[in-house]
Amino acid sequence: MRLIIDGKSIEFEADPEMPLLWALRDLAGKTGPKFGCGIAACGACTVHIGGEAVRSCTLPVGQVEGEVTTIEGLAVDGKLHPVQQAWLDEQVAQCGYCQAGQIMSAAALLDVNPAPTDADIDEAMNGNLCRCGTYPRIRTAIKKAAALKTAGI
Amino acid sequence: MASVAKIARRTFLIGAAAVAGGVAVGYWYVSRPYPNPLEGELAEGERTFNPYVKIAPDNMITVIAPRAEMGQGVSTTLAALVAEELDVELAAVRVEHGPASFAYYNAALLEEGGPFPFYDRSLMAETVRGALGGVSKVLGFQGTGGSSSTRDAFDRMRQAGAAARHVLVEAAARKLGVAASELSTANGAIEHKASGRRVTYGEVAAAAAAVDPPSTVRLKDKADWKLLGKPQPRVDMLAKVTGAPIFGIDVVLPDMLFGTVKMSPRFWAKPVKADLSKAEKMPGVVKIVPLETSYGHGFGIIAENTWAAFQAADAIEVEWDAAEYPADNAAISQALADALAAGEGSALRDDGDVDTAFADAPRERLVEASYEVPYLAHACMEPMNATARFSDGVLDVWSPNQMPTLTRYLCSEAVGIERDKVNVHTTHLGGGFGRRGEMDFSIYAALLAKEAGGRPVKVTWTREEDIRHDAYRPAAAGKFQARLGDDGLPEALEMRIASPSVIGSALRRMFPSISPLGPDRTITDGSHNQPYAIANYRVTGIAADIGVPVGFWRSVGNSYNGFFHECFMDEVATAGKIDPVELRRKLMASWPTAVKVADKAAAMAKWGEPLPAGRAKGFAFTLSFGGWVAEIVQVADTPAGIRIEKVWIAADVGTALDPGIIEAQLVSGAIFGLSAAIGQEITFSNGMVEQSNFHDFDAMRISQCPAFEIAILEKAERMGGVGEIGTPPAAPALANAVFALTGKRIRTLPLSKEVAFA
Repeated sequence: MRLIIDGKSIEFEADPEMPLLWALRDLAGKTGPKFGCGIAACGACTVHIGGEAVRSCTLPVGQVEGEVTTIEGLAVDGKLHPVQQAWLDEQVAQCGYCQAGQIMSAAALLDVNPAPTDADIDEAMNGNLCRCGTYPRIRTAIKKAAALKTAGI
Repeated sequence: MASVAKIARRTFLIGAAAVAGGVAVGYWYVSRPYPNPLEGELAEGERTFNPYVKIAPDNMITVIAPRAEMGQGVSTTLAALVAEELDVELAAVRVEHGPASFAYYNAALLEEGGPFPFYDRSLMAETVRGALGGVSKVLGFQGTGGSSSTRDAFDRMRQAGAAARHVLVEAAARKLGVAASELSTANGAIEHKASGRRVTYGEVAAAAAAVDPPSTVRLKDKADWKLLGKPQPRVDMLAKVTGAPIFGIDVVLPDMLFGTVKMSPRFWAKPVKADLSKAEKMPGVVKIVPLETSYGHGFGIIAENTWAAFQAADAIEVEWDAAEYPADNAAISQALADALAAGEGSALRDDGDVDTAFADAPRERLVEASYEVPYLAHACMEPMNATARFSDGVLDVWSPNQMPTLTRYLCSEAVGIERDKVNVHTTHLGGGFGRRGEMDFSIYAALLAKEAGGRPVKVTWTREEDIRHDAYRPAAAGKFQARLGDDGLPEALEMRIASPSVIGSALRRMFPSISPLGPDRTITDGSHNQPYAIANYRVTGIAADIGVPVGFWRSVGNSYNGFFHECFMDEVATAGKIDPVELRRKLMASWPTAVKVADKAAAMAKWGEPLPAGRAKGFAFTLSFGGWVAEIVQVADTPAGIRIEKVWIAADVGTALDPGIIEAQLVSGAIFGLSAAIGQEITFSNGMVEQSNFHDFDAMRISQCPAFEIAILEKAERMGGVGEIGTPPAAPALANAVFALTGKRIRTLPLSKEVAFA
C-alpha cells in the first residue's frame, strides 16, 4: 500500500481494515497523530486528508483517498504554520497530548473560515477533547492565528 | 493537641508506604548525600557538578528536572531555578528528566503527610514535617505528586545552580590568573571586565569539576531574579506544537514489537476459563501471555502492530471469576452508609465539645445534610502505556510515570532481577493527574518484554482498558450537622465522612505484604484542616474498605472534601441568613491570607451586586497543598440548560515562581473539577465498571468552557503548591451557584443527575 503522507510517498504493508492512525503510527513512522479513544470521540488523532480534518482512528487505511497531512507535515520549509506559531506565542499546550489534534482541527477551520467567531470556534473544536483545560488559550490562539494568516505571516 | 503517640499512629500509613518503597536503604544514612547519578552517563568531555547540572565543552548546558512533566510546567520551572542561579538563559539550557535515582527524592511529597493543617507552624507540626521529609530522603522516594515539586526544589535546585556557578568561576579565576571576586557571569560565560577577557562555562567545565564545591552558597535576593517570578516560555512548547515524539506512546526502538493487555473487568478476579485459540491464530499475533500481578490478572498480547494486538485482545474468550467486593452501585452506597452509621473512625479535627453542643440543640437551630460523590476515572488523554526491553539480564522500561524509583523497584520484583539491572526512562506524560503514580502499565510491559526474546515491546492500552482499570478517585459519603448561634454563625459543626482508604488500596497494589494500619488522613483532607474558627468543630473520617482499587486523583481527598465542606458551609450561610462570603470573613478572621483571597475573588466578581434575572453566582474556598484558593462561579439559565459563564479565581501561593504557568494550572484545575461536577461518574454493575470511553465518561468541551479571571497573590507565609489547588473549590462553587439560580440544593455528584448543563 502506498500513501502520500506529509508530501512524501510512503509504502507499507497493512490490512486495509487497519485504521489510518495505526498505519501512520506503527507502520509509517508518523507518531505525531495521537491515539486517544479509537471511536472518533476525542480528536487526538486528527489529520488532514485532501485538506479536510479527519479522525484517523476510525478511518480504514484502505479507504484513504487523497494526500494525508499530519502535524509533522504542517510546517513548510521549517516555517511553522500560523496556528502552530499562535500556539507557541500564546503558550497553549500543557501536557500537549491532544494538541496535535487541536492544531489540525484549528488549521482546517481557518482554511474555510478566515475569521471565526467564538461560536464558530466552539463548533469546529468541540470534537477535540483536552483534559488539561487549555480551552481559553486555544480560543485566543485561534484568533491570533487567524490574524497571522490574514496578514500572510 | 494530639499526643506524639497519636501522631505516630496517624502518620504510619504514609510511613509504611515509604518504608516499603526503599527497603534497601537504612535510616542511618539520613544525612548522607546520594551519589550523583549523572556520573555514569556523561557524554565525551561532559562534566557534572551535582545531580542537576551537566556542561559539555561546547557549552551545552543540561539541567535535570527530575519530576514528571505532565502539563503542569514543572520542567520549565525547575530548570528556571537552576538557570537563575547559574546565570544562563532558559532558552540556552537543555532540560532532561534524568534517570530514576534516590538522589532525586522528594521530601515535600511526604512532609504534609502528618495530621497538621498547612497553616500550623507549631514545633510539633514542624518536627513531624522534618521527620517525614527525612523519611522521603532516606528512602529515595522520587515522585511527582501532592503539588510538591517546586516546594521541594526551591532551595535544592537553586543551590545546585549556585554551587555549579561557584566552581566554574573559581576555575575561570585560576585560568585567567585573577581573583574570583573580579569576575562576573552572564549567559553561560564568565567575564573579567577589567581586562575584557571572557571564557565560557564549557571551556572551564573540566577544570571546574575538580574544584571542591562550596559548603554553603549565597542565593540571589528575590529582587535580583531575572527568570523566577516572571512568565517563562515553556521549554517543551515547540515540541508540543510540532508533534515531536516525546510521549511514552511515541517510543520507537529498533526491532520493536507492539502489544496490549486484556485484564479482568472484575478487579483481582482470575480467569476461570479462557480460550486463546482464536486470538493466537490471528494475523500479526506473536504471543499471548497470561499475567498475574498485584494489580490484577489477565492476558498480554504481543503482536506485529498495535491494531493486531487490539483485535486479538477482543478475540480472547474468557470467563472471569466473580467480584470479591460489592458488585453494584446500590451495594457500594450501602457499604458507605453502613460505615457512616457504625464506623468509629478517626477525628483529625476535634475542637471544643461537639457532643455537648448538639445534645441540647433546639431543632430550629440545626442544619443537617447528607452528601455523596461517585468514583471517578482519571482519563488521561494518553492511554496507559509503557515500552520495555529485557535483554542480557537488563530491563529497560520507557514509561510515562510519576514514580521512577518505585517503578524501578516493582519492575525488578516482577521480572525477578536485581534493582540495579533495571533502567527507567521517564518520558513526557500525556496527562497524569495521579494515575501515572501507579505501576501497572510499567509492570505489564516488563512482563511482556520478558517473553519477547530480547525484543522491545510497546504495550498500549485501549481507552476501554484505561477507563475500566484505573485506581479511581474513591466514592465517598458524608453526614453533616451544624448548630447555629443567635448571630446565625455556626457554634458547632460536625462532619462524618466515609470513604475507602486511598493509601490502604495503594499498599495492596504496590506492597501486598504490608497490612494497612492506622487512619488515612486523605479521607478528610480538605475538611479537617480548613482555616475556619468554630467553637465546637469535629471532622471524622471513616475508612470503608470496599475493594474497588482507589488512588490519587488530582487533589485526592480535597476533591470531594472541598465539595462537602464548602457546600455545607453554603447551607449554613443560607440557614443563618448570612451572605456566604461574609460568613467566611467572620469564620476565617484569624487567617488573613484566607480572608484576602475571599475578598479578592469577591471584588473581581463584583459579588453582591445585583445580577440580571436568570443568572447567579456561587462561592467556595479550599486550602489544599499550601494553596489558599477562593473561586466564584457564575451560571446562567438558558434554553439548552445551565451554562457556566464565568469563573473567578483568587489564589495565594506564597511565592509565585511562574505566574503564566500558575494561571494555566489554576484554570486547568478548575476545569478538571467542573468536568467531574457536570457529568462524570464511574458506576458498577456485576462487579464491572459500566463506562468505557469518552462517549460515556466525557469531560468539559470547549463549547462548555467558561471565561476565566485569575488573581495570584503572594501574601502567604509558606510557599504553596499549584498543580491541584484549582480543583477542590470548583465543584462546590458551581453547586452553590446552581442553588442560588434554582433554589435546588444538590448534594450528590455529578450535578447532571439533577440539572442539565448547556
